[in-house]
Parts: sequence; C-alpha cells; structure tokens
Amino acid sequence: MAPDAVERIAIESDADVVTARQRARALAVTLDMPSTDQTLLATAISEIARNITTYAKRGEVCIELVRDANGRRGVKVVARDHGPGIADLERALTDGYTTGGGLGLGLPGARRLVDEFDIQTAPGEGTTVTLVKWTRG
Amino acid sequence: MAVPILKQGPFLIASIQSALTDTDVLQLRDDVMAQVTRHRSRGIIVDVTSLDVMDSFVSRSLQGIARMTRLRGAETVIVGIQPEVAFAMVQLGMSFEDVQTALDLEEGLALLEAGFGGT
Ligand SMILES: Nc1ncnc2c1ncn2[C@@H]1O[C@H](COP(=O)(O)OP(=O)(O)OP(=O)(O)O)[C@@H](O)[C@H]1O
Ligand SMILES: [Mg+2]
Repeated sequence: MAPDAVERIAIESDADVVTARQRARALAVTLDMPSTDQTLLATAISEIARNITTYAKRGEVCIELVRDANGRRGVKVVARDHGPGIADLERALTDGYTTGGGLGLGLPGARRLVDEFDIQTAPGEGTTVTLVKWTRG
Repeated sequence: MAVPILKQGPFLIASIQSALTDTDVLQLRDDVMAQVTRHRSRGIIVDVTSLDVMDSFVSRSLQGIARMTRLRGAETVIVGIQPEVAFAMVQLGMSFEDVQTALDLEEGLALLEAGFGGT
C-alpha cells in the first residue's frame, strides 16, 4: 500500500478542529467520495478532534488515503492524544454518557458515521481513535 | 469569524457565512442574546445554509440559543440545514426536537410572522 498522502494536523485549539475536518474532506474529494459520505466523515472527525481539545488539551490528527486488498479506496484518520485516557470505554461508547457536560454523542455518534472505528485507550496514557471511510463500489 | 446579525423589524437574522469554530459559536450566542435584549426582538432566524458540518457542539449551542431567547419571549428558527448535514445529524443522534426549523430564510420569516405578526 503506497502512502499516497499523509497529513498531520496538530490539534491544540478549536480552529484546529475545523482545519482537521476540512483537510479530510479535501482528501476525500480527490477520491470522488460521494458528498454525503464526505459530510459524515467530516462530522465524525469534528467529534473526535474536539474530544482531544476538551479532554486531553492537545494531540494530533493524521489523515491518509488508503486502499484495501480489493483496490477499494478510502480515507483513514488517526486521532491521537496523551491525555487522561478513558477509564470506562464501554460506557464512553454509549449514547448519552458524558463526563464533560456534553450530550455524550461524540464517540458513539462518530462510530455510526464511519465504516471502521477503533479506539485504544488506557487511563493515564492517552487515547487513539482510528476511523476509516471507504468509497463505494 | 463573527456572524453578522441584521435587524429586520421585530426580528433578528443571523447569517452564518463560513465554518464556525467553537469560539465563534459562543460569540454568536452572546451576540444574539445582547441584540435580542437591546432590540426587544420577537424572533430570531439563524441561517446555517453555508455550514457543511453541524456537529454535536454546534447543535447543542443552537439549541441553547433557542432556549435562552425563548426565556426572553423570542422564538428562534434555524433555517437552511443542508440535506447531507441533516443526514449526518440524525446518524450522530442529534435531535432538534424542541427547536423550530424551516427550509430557508423566507419560510423562516413566514413562520415567525405567523406566530408573532400583528403584535
Ligand atoms: N480523547 C479523550 N480523552 C479522554 N477522555 C475522552 C476522550 N474522548 C472521550 N472521552 C471520554 O468519553 C466520554 C464520552 O465522549 P463523547 O464524545 O461521546 O461525549 P462528550 O464529549 O461527553 O459529549 P459530546 O461529544 O456529545 O459533546 C467523555 O465525556 C469523556 O469522559
Ligand atoms: Mg465529545
């Protein structure tokens, strides 16, 4: 899998959250991803990147174009921070669970918006969320 | 980028022009509240036509604006949610149940006028 393009965006402020989702959409456009799917991906990134600024203060989002074994193309997003981590991941992935006075929709919602969703976290060590949105057909 | 707010008779029209940071959204909330108070407005339209993403923060903030202005006797109508944005909001799990929405500015104004016209 040739690394077509990898973009790394430092996430430190709310403006970086906007940049991350806009850069991902720009990459999705190069794959001719349907505009609805671009919107779903951009919305998921917004949630995940905001969780970085809210809970970990800073981190990064890396966006790359990927290709699966069948040649299908997609956009992969890795959001990484070294913040407090998530003690109860199962609850954090449940609609409505929040420790930050939010709606508790960010993680479970982002999971519904993309094709692949993975989260690695450990208290005191940080959190890494990986998302993939595939082009159709 | 600040959101311009225009006064049109008893109503205010806030037209979002470009992607909003969280700071911009909070600024919009404060500006709307200040202007509703200053002008004793009866209704507010927030035009989100240009937003390509409405995530949980923006949605929650718009709901907050609607609730706060209602306590001041003013109804808020969100207009121009794009079809793809609406789809993403539903997938995300956002419900806009207690917030008035309309297709576009014209319909939003008609809604406000139907509710508050003649008063
Ligand atoms: N990067 C992270 N680091 C540490 N904790 C996190 C992180 N992301 C999420 N969490 C924890 O998981 C919970 C659920 O996150 P989620 O994004 O679903 O909801 P929220 O941020 O609380 O509210 P919303 O996103 O709806 O505004 C958070 O309240 C927080 O406790
Ligand atoms: Mg969140």
